[in-house]
Amino acid sequence: MYRSHVLICGGTGCTSSGSQKVRERLAEELKAKGLENEIKIVQTGCFGLCALGPVMIVYPEGTFYSRVTENDIPEIVEEHLLKGRIVTRLEYKEGAEITEPGKNVSLNDTNFYKSQLRVALRNCGVINPENIDEYIARDGYMALGKVLTEMKPEDVIQVLLDSGLRGRGGAGFPTGMKWKFARAYDNDQKYVCCNADEGDPGAFMDRSVLEGDPHVVLEAMTIAGYTIGASQGYIYVRAEYPIAVKRLQIAIKQAREYGLLGDNILGTGFKFDIDLRLGAGAFVCGEETALMTSIEGNRGEPRPRPPFPAEKGLFQKPSILNNVETWANIPQIILKGADWFASMGTEKSKGTKVFALGGKITHTGLVEIPMGTPLRKVIEEIGGGIPNGKKFKAAQTGGPSGGCIPAEHFDVPIDYDNLIAIGSMMGSGGLIVMDEDNCMVDIAKFFLQFTVDESCGKCTPCRIGTKRLLEMLEKITKGQGTLEDLDKMEELCYYIKANALCGLGQTAPNPVLSTLRYFRDEYIAHVVDKRCPAGVCKHLLKFVVNKEKCIGCGLCMRNCPANAITRTDYIAPGHKLASVEIDPEKCVKCGVCMGNCKFKAISKQ
Amino acid sequence: MKTLAELQAIRDRMKDNVTMRSGSGSIRAVVGMATCGIAAGARPVLSALVEEVSKLDLGEKVSVTQTGCIGLCRYEPIVEVYEADKEKVTYVKMTAEKARRVAEEHLKNGRIVTEYTIGAEEK
Repeated sequence: MYRSHVLICGGTGCTSSGSQKVRERLAEELKAKGLENEIKIVQTGCFGLCALGPVMIVYPEGTFYSRVTENDIPEIVEEHLLKGRIVTRLEYKEGAEITEPGKNVSLNDTNFYKSQLRVALRNCGVINPENIDEYIARDGYMALGKVLTEMKPEDVIQVLLDSGLRGRGGAGFPTGMKWKFARAYDNDQKYVCCNADEGDPGAFMDRSVLEGDPHVVLEAMTIAGYTIGASQGYIYVRAEYPIAVKRLQIAIKQAREYGLLGDNILGTGFKFDIDLRLGAGAFVCGEETALMTSIEGNRGEPRPRPPFPAEKGLFQKPSILNNVETWANIPQIILKGADWFASMGTEKSKGTKVFALGGKITHTGLVEIPMGTPLRKVIEEIGGGIPNGKKFKAAQTGGPSGGCIPAEHFDVPIDYDNLIAIGSMMGSGGLIVMDEDNCMVDIAKFFLQFTVDESCGKCTPCRIGTKRLLEMLEKITKGQGTLEDLDKMEELCYYIKANALCGLGQTAPNPVLSTLRYFRDEYIAHVVDKRCPAGVCKHLLKFVVNKEKCIGCGLCMRNCPANAITRTDYIAPGHKLASVEIDPEKCVKCGVCMGNCKFKAISKQ
Repeated sequence: MKTLAELQAIRDRMKDNVTMRSGSGSIRAVVGMATCGIAAGARPVLSALVEEVSKLDLGEKVSVTQTGCIGLCRYEPIVEVYEADKEKVTYVKMTAEKARRVAEEHLKNGRIVTEYTIGAEEK
């Protein structure tokens, strides 16, 4: 029995900021102090506050330490673990009221955590994902037990339908309906698939669930196998997620040892097994038919629907495919009931949603909020606002398939239908925040560049259409666009949406359409005034020297990589040396001169 | 292969292990673990309390933590028991044996072991 547990995040974020070294040092220090039998070190999944990693939490007090380095460990061991005095300088307490100095701050009182509601992430940062017993201790596999011993497949479908759960991968299709269709088709073999091919730039919700709570996916997939009548499941996971892959392999092995996967699950005679398939990093493989084609061993290309996978999916057999976060909700819904789940969220979007916060936001990281939470709350309160006192301009949801939400919709409650109504989409949960320094034309260009690279090339509208769109955007950012181009772009967008074969192409124009809708004035500034208001598009920038301010020190001249700066004949009143000037023909617009000038004599226009 | 009953047994056995991580219980037993406390033998007291709380299945109700110097070094090892809306109880000159009795009588059954308290010691 341990008197204290020290939980250290072992997710990808904290691992890259050095949590493994912290963990090793802690083990050494505990041993040196003879505490190794009193204090347990637990490696967990993501706590969510990735920007402040490596993070650590000490129980039973529940003290949350952020930005812990190896060198902080001796102090934490000596002061906190040995003597019980909290190391306040490392404690994270933003937003929490400090009632008495030195007293522990509860994590749930901090701004970052107090508005969160953790369902899909309930075990992330709480259990050791490599230990099946800890998952079981938190009611793990109890939902499977309940389904196999007390429920008929129809009952499971009814519970899911009543709960209102919709797919968390982006499109928001009701999960219960999907399962109902797959169950209705008779076949000797059916398949259950998990979509863990998370490819949106800036999204890492699924990775965190797999790293922090892999068993929940296995349990939910087994429940699905029983419900639709399948005996085999596949998890299609990106090879770029090595920690997630490793933990899934461990979890599958443990589940097989416990008889929770295999021939006679929990002694009920039900048979189900799960295997991993690693994706090679093609974005299109997140599309359901392309994913299944890839599992079959073919090149990952989509095919027309219908027939839908529920009828002819993997290996032409009835199949279901759900996203990682969708799976993570299911065991809880079975155990706590449809009413519990339906009590959270809005009328048509039930439950919670996990978002990966990124871009211009203080707390880059992972949050789970009830559906219907206003965007303002997510960004200003939970996310800690926009750094450096900058102004919010827009937030991009749904990655390259979604659109931007401008400041005028800052108070919109986030759910599937509201986001569609304002021209964006829920997507898988990436939320990229942009401030006044971001150029919206450049953002649209960035996402189009991504879809052009990732288009599989099977259908013409996507292969050629997105390329033409990108060319027009490039023309505009170079100051060569015309007003006619804007209309042509819009027309092409609608054409691609209507004619592309799969979701990738059908949604690819969304970033262009939504930036055109809300930030047309920025496009016009690029086209008519040949000016980039945010100062991002290099071709439209000009660096100029204010000759009255320039003292002629020559620092910029020495640092210019293009030798574009030369001395003039003009000496400003009060200065001893002649000022400099920039040759716009030679200038590569790197901005080094402006960053180096101590006299603020250089500006961009 | 495990049956559902075996699975439930694992859950019950492991539950104490993770309940600690859901935050503090309603009763806090705090052991003074500054230099004076450790020198006077606070470590076995702490271990005994932790073991006993687990054995008596009080994990959800009681959390055992440490603190620094309370300022009454001559009375160490000291254990203070905090419970919401009740007056703090201070046990002094504790041993592992006394700690086990406190766990059984006070933490479990709610009867203060008066003879170990600071009030009894000062008489």
